[in-house]
Amino acid sequence: MTGNVWIAGGGVICGIGAHLQACLEAFAHMQPGMQDMQYLRSIHRGVLPVAEVKADNAELAARASMPEHISRTALLSKIAADEAWASSGLGARGQYRVGFVSANTVGGMDKTEDFFADYLQQPPTGGRLQQVVHHECGSVTELVADAMGIRHHVSTISTACSSGANALMYGSRLIRNNIVDVVIAGGTDALTRFTLNGFNTLMILDPAACRPFDDTRTGLNLGEGAGYVVLVSDAIAATLSKGPWCRLSGYANANDAYHQTASSPDGTGNYLAMKGALEMSGLQPEDIAYINLHGTGTQNNDDAEGKAIQRLFAPHYPAMSSTKSFTGHTLGASGGIEAVFAALAVQEGIIYPNAHFTTPMKECPLVPATAFSSGNRIPHVMSNSFGFGGNCSSLVFSKQ
Amino acid sequence: MADLKAQIVEQLNLQEVKPEDIGNDQPLFKEGLGLDSIDALELIVLLQQHYHIRIANPEQGPEIFYSVRSMAEFITAHQKQ
Amino acid sequence: MNIYIQGMGCVSPQQTTDGPFLADIREYEIHRLKAVEPDYKQWIDLKLIRRMGRVVKMGVAAARLSLQEAAVTMPDAIITGTAYGCLDDTGVFLSKMISQQEEMLTPTAFIQSTHNTVGGQIALLLGCHAYNNTFVHKAFSFESALLDSIMILREGTVQHILTGGLDEITDHSHAILSRFGLYKQEPVRNTALLQSDTKGTIAGEGAAFFTLGTVMAAHTVAQLTGLTTLYRPADIPEITGALQVFLAAHACNAEDIDLLITGRNGDVDEDSAYEAITQALFPQTAVAGFKHLSGEYPTASAFATWMAARILQWQQLPQGILFSGAAPAKVRKILICNGYQGTHYSFILLNAI
Repeated sequence: MTGNVWIAGGGVICGIGAHLQACLEAFAHMQPGMQDMQYLRSIHRGVLPVAEVKADNAELAARASMPEHISRTALLSKIAADEAWASSGLGARGQYRVGFVSANTVGGMDKTEDFFADYLQQPPTGGRLQQVVHHECGSVTELVADAMGIRHHVSTISTACSSGANALMYGSRLIRNNIVDVVIAGGTDALTRFTLNGFNTLMILDPAACRPFDDTRTGLNLGEGAGYVVLVSDAIAATLSKGPWCRLSGYANANDAYHQTASSPDGTGNYLAMKGALEMSGLQPEDIAYINLHGTGTQNNDDAEGKAIQRLFAPHYPAMSSTKSFTGHTLGASGGIEAVFAALAVQEGIIYPNAHFTTPMKECPLVPATAFSSGNRIPHVMSNSFGFGGNCSSLVFSKQ
Repeated sequence: MADLKAQIVEQLNLQEVKPEDIGNDQPLFKEGLGLDSIDALELIVLLQQHYHIRIANPEQGPEIFYSVRSMAEFITAHQKQ
Repeated sequence: MNIYIQGMGCVSPQQTTDGPFLADIREYEIHRLKAVEPDYKQWIDLKLIRRMGRVVKMGVAAARLSLQEAAVTMPDAIITGTAYGCLDDTGVFLSKMISQQEEMLTPTAFIQSTHNTVGGQIALLLGCHAYNNTFVHKAFSFESALLDSIMILREGTVQHILTGGLDEITDHSHAILSRFGLYKQEPVRNTALLQSDTKGTIAGEGAAFFTLGTVMAAHTVAQLTGLTTLYRPADIPEITGALQVFLAAHACNAEDIDLLITGRNGDVDEDSAYEAITQALFPQTAVAGFKHLSGEYPTASAFATWMAARILQWQQLPQGILFSGAAPAKVRKILICNGYQGTHYSFILLNAI
């Protein structure tokens, strides 16, 4: 296995923007995306704020050039994947061996949960099969791969909140093993009643706007969206007229092995993932200029992540922030969306703000950035994604 | 408390534990019955479902659910008529 | 660098967790084969079992058996493949959410429903902090997990990887999948499945896990020589062309294959593809099937891999698996050519050691 892997482009759709540029403007103008539920039907409407993509399925389908009746997860995925490819300047896909590695957590559940209500009324014949035919996580990926004409290598990863980051790792390996030349890697997830209620049973949702890394934090806000980067080999990177955004210089995946949903108090998995990513990139902690935190806003995550950061980075803390304070927690999409933000941070010297921050956590007084800025000297960025099942992943992006 | 023990066994799907095996003052969490934070959340729903008591803050869990007796006392104190 | 299977474990509709290798084939005359489940308490503490869905327990059992055979206590990575994930808990949470109209829901079914629960629970039980990944890509879920394992082993930084493929059936999932016309309409005995000439197959479930390594040892089962997948092939020539390229990449050709195991599943249309492939490339080769034992499900290729590796290890073919041709005297190379609904093909090449 040889060679480097570069980021040739990226695309995002989420609660703060229909495309990447719109998201940057939201950061610059401090406009987080969580508000009252508009599109999802749920008894929690008006109670739990969410960061929905501000478009209904008809609008998304038109943008994606896909049928309106398919899963919102697939529509979001196609939109972001299209934007990512377009931004890469790679031209026609037919010239390359292209892979598509997409992550999601509940597949076409937005449709399945509607189907299931009808099915339960009248089992086994109730419900329209069209709504459940693309239930599987992998089916959502294939809907998009088929629409984009990608079939050389297609796969789907599901490791809860770290899924998208793991997609980049697998994609990178595919390139370095010469199985593909280019990979669109990242993740997607649409808001569903299943997920919203599931998280609600864990009592980790905040009825107000979330406050990652703040001492008063009481939980997360769910979001939705999709984010993909275009990974390319050395040979392809050399052909890019504008050059790549940056290099995927390091990554690591470790397991907390502590509890199914909670992080260990000292953030063992988090620490191992960050340390492993640094080691692979050959960097020292003080080389990192910005960390895109996992930063969900729950008591437990931010505490564990904060402690792990202290253990690894003290006393030289980089700038850091949780973009989930704007986008909400987009689950399977988060690793992909945040990879795009992180890669762009290297290219444009961006430090993203952390919304709703006023008071550092008593347990570990880290102070996130609270304003957007670009043009900073950002040679290396770390992006963290820590999920249920103890799945912890960390990515490092570098200028060269 | 006998009813409460039966409800606990059912809600938490405690296999091979009979309600009468649970001591009134036996710690439910960690070493005692070995319950964890997910079980605490299950018990919060149990209180709501059977006794109509809402607990907004899961951090109160360890104190309320220390033992069957502490749970029973909490229920008696807070149960809506 | 060679990749070896150092140990395996399999839970399936046959007796595969204990006893001689597929000696006593279980006959079924239903369209849904249920796994023969071991006593899970021998590997899982009661306090944890109570929360675990069946598919998680199957996975843990198969994983434990494979680590035991490989004499490995702590793998350096855990990589799982499952197309459907934890269906039972998904169904439970969905049903309650609907019937209780999103009120008074409890967390257990939700957290157990996530696809990475199997991999996560194995890590928790072992206290394993290493790399942990879960692939959920239909009939390539197991293959992606295998490929990830191979790529990581080739990096030379780890010694052993625990990987596997698994899927379960539930009452709901079977009822819904049946509506897609996947299964036989008429009664069929599983032992006669491969000879069937009607539409449809039978459903199966199971878990097969493998402890992979790079150093041959006394207990090594077989060599995992190669693997590739083919998505939406246009026609038979594309499949046979890809097969030839695959074999050539591993320095062999069709005549070198001692046993071809196909994913023949009793569906007359899907099986016609295997007929065409066999006639084109493997006219003289002994051909075996496995889906009459495992049933059809997206990660059934994991069962096939387990079966193939055992055949190579013990140089014996279980009774009734041969579909055509004569059992070879020596089995040195086995090629698994598995298809799923005509859109997903995987080729897995294994060598005796």
